[in-house]
Amino acid sequence: MNEDERPERGEARRNASGLAGPLKAPTGITGFDEVTGGGVPRGRPTLVAGTAGSGKTLFGLEFLVRGIVEHGEPGVLLAFEESEDDLATNVASLGFDLPRLVEEGKLFIDCFRLDPADFLETGSFDLDGLFIRLASAVEAVGAKRVVLDTVEILLGALPDSSVVRSELGRLFRWLKDRGLTVVITGERGGGDELTRFGIEEYVSDCVVALDHRVRNGISTRRLRVVKYRGSVHGTNEYPFLVTADGIVVVPITSLGLTHEASHERVSTGVPALDAMLGGGVFRGSSVMVSGSAGTGKTSIAASMAHAACERGERVVFLSFEESPSQLARNMASIGLDLEGWSDRGLLVVHSVRPTAFGLEEHLAQVQRLVEQHDPSLVVLDAMASLGHVGSRDDTSSVVSRDLDLLKGRGITAVMTTLMHRQEEEVSQVDVSSLVDTWILLRNHESNGERNRLLFVIKSRGTAHSNQVREFVLSDTGPELVPVFLGPDGVLTGSSRAAQEAQERRDRQVEEAARRRRELEHRTRRAETEIESMRRVLQAERAELDQLLEAERSAHEQAGGRAEQARLRQGRGTRGVTP
Amino acid sequence: MNEATGESYSDLRDDVADVDKVLLRLYIAGQAPRSVRAMENLRRVCRDHLPGRYRVEVIDLLENPSLARRDEIVAVPTLVRTLPSPVRKIIGDLSDTERVLAGLQLASPEVAR
Repeated sequence: MNEDERPERGEARRNASGLAGPLKAPTGITGFDEVTGGGVPRGRPTLVAGTAGSGKTLFGLEFLVRGIVEHGEPGVLLAFEESEDDLATNVASLGFDLPRLVEEGKLFIDCFRLDPADFLETGSFDLDGLFIRLASAVEAVGAKRVVLDTVEILLGALPDSSVVRSELGRLFRWLKDRGLTVVITGERGGGDELTRFGIEEYVSDCVVALDHRVRNGISTRRLRVVKYRGSVHGTNEYPFLVTADGIVVVPITSLGLTHEASHERVSTGVPALDAMLGGGVFRGSSVMVSGSAGTGKTSIAASMAHAACERGERVVFLSFEESPSQLARNMASIGLDLEGWSDRGLLVVHSVRPTAFGLEEHLAQVQRLVEQHDPSLVVLDAMASLGHVGSRDDTSSVVSRDLDLLKGRGITAVMTTLMHRQEEEVSQVDVSSLVDTWILLRNHESNGERNRLLFVIKSRGTAHSNQVREFVLSDTGPELVPVFLGPDGVLTGSSRAAQEAQERRDRQVEEAARRRRELEHRTRRAETEIESMRRVLQAERAELDQLLEAERSAHEQAGGRAEQARLRQGRGTRGVTP
Repeated sequence: MNEATGESYSDLRDDVADVDKVLLRLYIAGQAPRSVRAMENLRRVCRDHLPGRYRVEVIDLLENPSLARRDEIVAVPTLVRTLPSPVRKIIGDLSDTERVLAGLQLASPEVAR
């Protein structure tokens, strides 16, 4: 939407897409402009109705201050309830320097002190005094924005309400005719009516209701866009907070499921766990580590934080159970130097008891920390603590909003949740369907020992291991070791060690047996070879013998023939004897 | 009030004690019928009920809008009694004389005292 294209009186309003629709004036209030798709209707009045203490005045002031500071639109505040000093003091803690803006001629504050005793009626009257003051204020600063807080007080203070009503009608026409973007605050009535004096009858464009409830001793403020003529708007009740930076409206799922899915895997800091997860978890995915008390949930989370810092990424670690120093000490004992990363500015550990604030405060805190530190990984330890604050449904809704918030920014979210009963694969905070990776830790008790088991219950988009691992917290960080399946189930701890030793011995025995078998085999083969060689030699010898025999017999035959011949000769030549 | 540019008129006798003096300021908006009526009514009330002890300053807010803030003016016409203190205000065209006097608590000098 084009900011410079201010609508002139009576001119058709067109937005950037060329379709007629209300132009919007961004309020600058965190979250509100998202909910309303750009802010309040420009050049028209918006009613902000709420109960006492719901933040109406602050809404108006922030609309003015941000209008001046962020959008260069001077403003006028007509305050009917508080004095200028009170207003300035009340918002100074939010970083709004009203006196300076007034001095710079960008803000005009006119406070009306209405004492019913001053309004003894002695004949007909009108509210020209109000009009004249407003007109001169608007002129003095060249105002584009006006806040009337709370103009309906006039209806209670002045004697003839029919006169005041018609004068208010004239006032709103006057404001519209000048194209002023106006926020009117109204006190919420006791019954169904939106405002005590029915001021909503004058405002037909946009109505916002603020609500301040205290439930279970925790205060929650909520905002709802009751109507917004000609504009799409979120209709949910959005929690909002009054923070050190002003109002923060927390859109429930304003981001939708449009976030880009990353294919990059990030290490959990536990190599064996990375291996189980097919190389780590996806960047920007959500990881839930659940388990009963003392199963090492925080250690896994800290390990992931540590690994991220080692990659040079920024991490926000929200601890609901430990103070930063306690966490640092505890993690140092397993070789994770979180303090070092804090010193280098990569890690921000933020500890807060969730009960100290409402769930919405928690959400806003997450949002604020994320905006301030721009982390690539956020740890929420432990989500179950939030369950103490609100109902289970509330908590789940907050957690899903947390996850949306982080996912929408491509931040890897790690949250730990406590499970009371081990058998139950249902986390205390029932968001298991929302998380991408669910690591379950379980205590395994046997032989008078408690050992930790780790399962990967699910991991979206990953061929993850279905195997159980024993999870060991060593002084060099968490490690995973394969577990052994014994006759009585999985073996962990010393039974695993015993089993390992046994298996080592078994392996030695087996090795010896194998070598013996091999030796025997080789011996047998050698013997066979010897045997066959012997047989070959025997055969050769036999052949040779045969040959010699044949030779001899041949020779003998030859000798016989010679003898015969000689004998035959001898018969002829007697006397010659050899 | 010197910065006031509206007309002012008075009937103050020297022998009237300060505590009996009545200083009034009438805020009007131009020549609107209500404003004109208020001026006429005030002149009459002062003449009839406050002879010799009043001074009136008429301020036209159309000419001096900033003066509206000084006396916290919302409704027009508004009559402000600046003296005797405390400051009192009444609104309307002052056509109801009884209410004007009651509102200004000026039924008579004795009552005012």
